[in-house]
Amino acid sequence: MSATAAHVDDHAHDEHEHHHKETFITKYVFSMDHKMIAKQYLITGLIMGTIGILMSILFRMQLAWPEEPFTVFEVLLGKWAPDGVMDPNAYLALVTIHGTIMVFFVLTAGLSGTFSNLLIPLQIGARDMASGFMNMISYWLFFLSSIIMVMSLFVEAGPAAAGWTVYPPLSALPQAMGGSGLGMTLWLVSMAIFIASSLLGSLNYVVTVINLRTKGMSMTRMPLTIWAFFVTAIIGIVSFPVLLSAALLLIMDRSFGTSFFLSDIYIQGEVLHNQGGSPVLFEHLFWFLGHPEVYIVLLPALGITSEIIATNSRKPIFGYRAMIASILAIAFLSTIVWGHHMFVSGMNPFLGSVFTFTTLLIAIPSAVKAFNYITTLWKGNLQFNPAMLFSIGLVSTFITGGLTGIILGDSTLDINVHDTYFVVAHFHLVMGISALYGLFAGVYHWFPKMYGRMMNKKLGYVHFWFTAIGAYGVFFPMHFVGMAGLPRRYYNNTNFPYFDDLQDTNVLITMFAIMTALIQLVFIYNFIYSIFYGKKAEQNPWKSNTLEWTTPVEHIHGNWPGEIPSVHRWSYDYSKTNENGEYVIPGQDYVPQTVPLQENEEEMHH
Amino acid sequence: MTVFLTIIVIALLGITLWQMSKIVRLSQGVGEDNSQIANDKDNNTQGKIMLAFVTFFYILMGYCFIQYRSYFLPVTASEHGIEYDRLMMISVVLIMIVQLITQVLLHYFAFKYRGNKNRKALFYADNDKLEFIWTIIPVVVLAGLIIYGLFTWTDIMNIDEEEGDPIIVELYAKQFSWEARYSGKDNVLGKANVRFIQGINTVGVDPSDSYAMDDKITTELHLPVGRKVIFKMRSQDVLHSAYMPHFRAQMNVVPGMITEFSYTPILTTEDMRKTDYMVEKVETINTIRKEKSKELVAKGDEALEPYTFDYYLLCNKICGASHYNMQMKIVVESEEDYNAWLKTQETFQTKMSAQAAN
Repeated sequence: MSATAAHVDDHAHDEHEHHHKETFITKYVFSMDHKMIAKQYLITGLIMGTIGILMSILFRMQLAWPEEPFTVFEVLLGKWAPDGVMDPNAYLALVTIHGTIMVFFVLTAGLSGTFSNLLIPLQIGARDMASGFMNMISYWLFFLSSIIMVMSLFVEAGPAAAGWTVYPPLSALPQAMGGSGLGMTLWLVSMAIFIASSLLGSLNYVVTVINLRTKGMSMTRMPLTIWAFFVTAIIGIVSFPVLLSAALLLIMDRSFGTSFFLSDIYIQGEVLHNQGGSPVLFEHLFWFLGHPEVYIVLLPALGITSEIIATNSRKPIFGYRAMIASILAIAFLSTIVWGHHMFVSGMNPFLGSVFTFTTLLIAIPSAVKAFNYITTLWKGNLQFNPAMLFSIGLVSTFITGGLTGIILGDSTLDINVHDTYFVVAHFHLVMGISALYGLFAGVYHWFPKMYGRMMNKKLGYVHFWFTAIGAYGVFFPMHFVGMAGLPRRYYNNTNFPYFDDLQDTNVLITMFAIMTALIQLVFIYNFIYSIFYGKKAEQNPWKSNTLEWTTPVEHIHGNWPGEIPSVHRWSYDYSKTNENGEYVIPGQDYVPQTVPLQENEEEMHH
Repeated sequence: MTVFLTIIVIALLGITLWQMSKIVRLSQGVGEDNSQIANDKDNNTQGKIMLAFVTFFYILMGYCFIQYRSYFLPVTASEHGIEYDRLMMISVVLIMIVQLITQVLLHYFAFKYRGNKNRKALFYADNDKLEFIWTIIPVVVLAGLIIYGLFTWTDIMNIDEEEGDPIIVELYAKQFSWEARYSGKDNVLGKANVRFIQGINTVGVDPSDSYAMDDKITTELHLPVGRKVIFKMRSQDVLHSAYMPHFRAQMNVVPGMITEFSYTPILTTEDMRKTDYMVEKVETINTIRKEKSKELVAKGDEALEPYTFDYYLLCNKICGASHYNMQMKIVVESEEDYNAWLKTQETFQTKMSAQAAN
């Protein structure tokens, strides 16, 4: 290992010496530098996020004030909102694209893409990713798929509108809904490209973590961020290809007359020739990715918060090994729980029993993680930087949202809350809001590393508290609306007088949603302002132990000007004392990974 | 209204920007610490807000449970629903206990250990015993829940046609309506396939199948109280889901295959209407509808009809533009009323011969 690392060092170093001439194109556009690619991912992700959140506000307005005309609708939706009243097809399209964009483009690419790229080389002590070229291709494929997804919004018959899960036959038959025509084709093409991008990225991350760790950086000395990114990449490699096959088979059913998912269909006065396929097969293929996807979204967020909570508590993360074991257990279990999305899909009920069992098992490592976070705070010296607030917020929403998973994961209880707003509330808290908090935490924490400047902390505080109140204000009452049996993806509820008394709550939820969305402008402003006018950052603003803070503030190709530093300890020696009660390094409550073992110091066997 | 809202939004945006620039200016005050790293003062304030926040959160939770208690579904109208509700109750109580304990610990620790220059964090990296305890507690609790849940699940999903003299009813779904097919005297549904759909034969019953002759196709679902019913579900176009929340029942309807669900209704529509819960709920809803009607009449629209409770079946799997209005009325009544109603429905044979005669 060390021999390889040394070899790579020399080589990368040489390259760096001869590599000073950079044009605008190679530096900012087709860059192969992992730090620039990370920024590209982040900004693309944030733009997609803005689109996704805006969409959610539009359909929340329709839900709160059904069929009320709004000028915003007229302006933004055009012919899809005749006289300013949203069309049912437009509603479904908004819901669908909101889901797709948020899950894949923001929380997969925007979160994992950004921070895996930024942190893997920096935190393991590598000059760059194993393959910078592949990394660049990965970003540009992602960019291309984003463009296609956005373009699909402007198709004549409307974008894909069959829900983000695109279950056939609805998604396969243009006769069933307008969005299943060209809009759906573009959706599938975009996703196929996205999967290619994600796979290229993931392979790169795995190879980099395995091969390019610096001297002394054993697997059990890696920060939990890297563990999380590493395992996330593995889950991605295992499950994304299955989604690709589902997408390919769906393309064939749609365009080449095959019958993988279609059988016995009579639509618009006509019997289709398809025979023998099953939509349930698609559901299996979709959720074989779809469920691990939840963890692809969540694990990086948990990794980021592990690092941030430890740093800002000035304490080691509690139960480092248990945390790694939990990540591994979650990763393994995540690939065998997909059936809990399908308890009432018509699959064999016995399978339902098995999936209930595996699903509730996954609660155990999740619980361990939550308890370990809480214990890390205990007797700490908490520094409430905005990143820390978002991390604590994540633990809070992760618990709140995770607990309702116990209801949904139980096949019996799922019968009556399946596909209601209870589900919507559950997954938004546990993966949507939690992962977004992870993203924000990451941006606030590593902004100095990315842009060499600090974000404004006061604006960060405002951003966090309003978001925290808004997020619970939106999603906690939503559980109760779901308990009443209100189905999701309903354009309005006025056809069921039974739901009339829920209307006030729907208005309340929408109000909170609008408030939460508006407060994100504070973040956008802070982000853009700080890139140009933020206070110049010092090298290690958060007094952190990890390797990225040993690099100079100014970005250079190859990360470290001289030799790559070697590592002598794990990354969590915060507030470590000798037997006499003094800090290991007198007057300093942290010991960076690059510092060799001191005299009298006891090595931890964590 | 629209203009008003637009103005509010623009005004709010303006205020936001103004406040932001103000905050930025304030935060860059001369001589002040503007490192943008949390100092003792920040830690103190933020720690206290943590405490305020958890208070807000507890009030929100309490408010929801009290204010929205009428949102919980009424007593179950099916036999297995009793078990379902009990399991749900146990799970909700357990979840809320864990929620209340962990949230208060998390936020209280955040407040209690808010940093300052003189505080020294405790280097505390591991405790096997502690970790063992909080691994084993969820294991035990979840094992209990899993076992309870699985027994109930097997009971619900074990659909035995031989047992308890069930009536067999087909639920037929299409964009965007439901039909029911009763199996008639022989209690056997005739064969069916979408390829037989023609004219009046809207659900594609095989006209050559002798079992099909006494089948009755209806647009309302009537069920006798106290008698087990087995639903066989078919869809002619896309996925649908037959969701009957008051019966704690749901099953997807999948084109190309027949899915099943079974339950025994135990509460007639009349009885359900008379429950305190429903009387109160319907009253609330009618007050709301009256208010809304006033607005509508003022605008020159028709007033809303007053609401009486009926069970319903609704589609709960996205199925197209009118997914939100794909419903069927369910009536649970005494065996006599049910039989009387069924008698008034035409058999498939009569319908087909009537069509042939035309």
